[in-house]
Amino acid sequence: MKRQKMMIISRRNVMYLLGGVASTALFSNYALAKPNLALKRIKEISKNNVEEIDLFLDVPEIAENGNQVKVSFDIDSPMTNDDFVKTVYLLADGNPAPNVAKFSFSTDMGACSATTRMRLSKTQNVYLLAEYNNGKFAMTKSKVKVTIGGCGG
Amino acid sequence: MSKIKPRGKVPKKASVDELIEIKTLIRHPMHSGRMKDKNGKNIPKRIINKFLVKFNGKQVFGMDLEPSISTNPYIAFPFKAKESGTFDFEWTDDNGEKYTMSRKMTVS
Repeated sequence: MKRQKMMIISRRNVMYLLGGVASTALFSNYALAKPNLALKRIKEISKNNVEEIDLFLDVPEIAENGNQVKVSFDIDSPMTNDDFVKTVYLLADGNPAPNVAKFSFSTDMGACSATTRMRLSKTQNVYLLAEYNNGKFAMTKSKVKVTIGGCGG
Repeated sequence: MSKIKPRGKVPKKASVDELIEIKTLIRHPMHSGRMKDKNGKNIPKRIINKFLVKFNGKQVFGMDLEPSISTNPYIAFPFKAKESGTFDFEWTDDNGEKYTMSRKMTVS
């Protein structure tokens, strides 16, 4: 009798264990199915040669309406023929597509900054990737909390 | 659908080496292809995908837009005034249409 009881308990334990294993497998699958597309894209563009520095990326900490989120950036650069920012990419990791915009700059502009409005479907990170004329890349990120998502649906 | 209409703000006068700010806005729905209309049908994707700025014929600023940009895209950028001239703005729609606008600036 005593032995049988032991067996029941151990069987139950085994079931718990199996359940645990199954759920872990499920969660890891979920993680695999949703990779960070924005970071992947950044690696693709920069060929994995990117430095994370503090560029000025101005996004609100909390966006009440994800349909119209003001984004502006200002990159400190002399913008001369020897040293200027060629391209700036704006990416987001929680939107259906990681690309948001690509800005092409020229030395005539005198400064490297721009402002636009973007959509954010949920709380996520916004990335800024700058490409300099000497082939170097720099990036920064900022988290935006979104109360109402803005990608339709 | 309301008419697509570009708008822009460029200072008429500027002094040499002054850093001016140019603001543009175009009225456009920017359908991302994910939104649905009242009957639950998908609205096909239709966005402005390119924005170009030329100053006296030379490209000074460009932007590639994706569906993640809001309705009525607003774009602002700086420019260092050196000589008088004309800005030509051009927006390209997904359906191939181009919307243009030009603004004059005098530098003294």
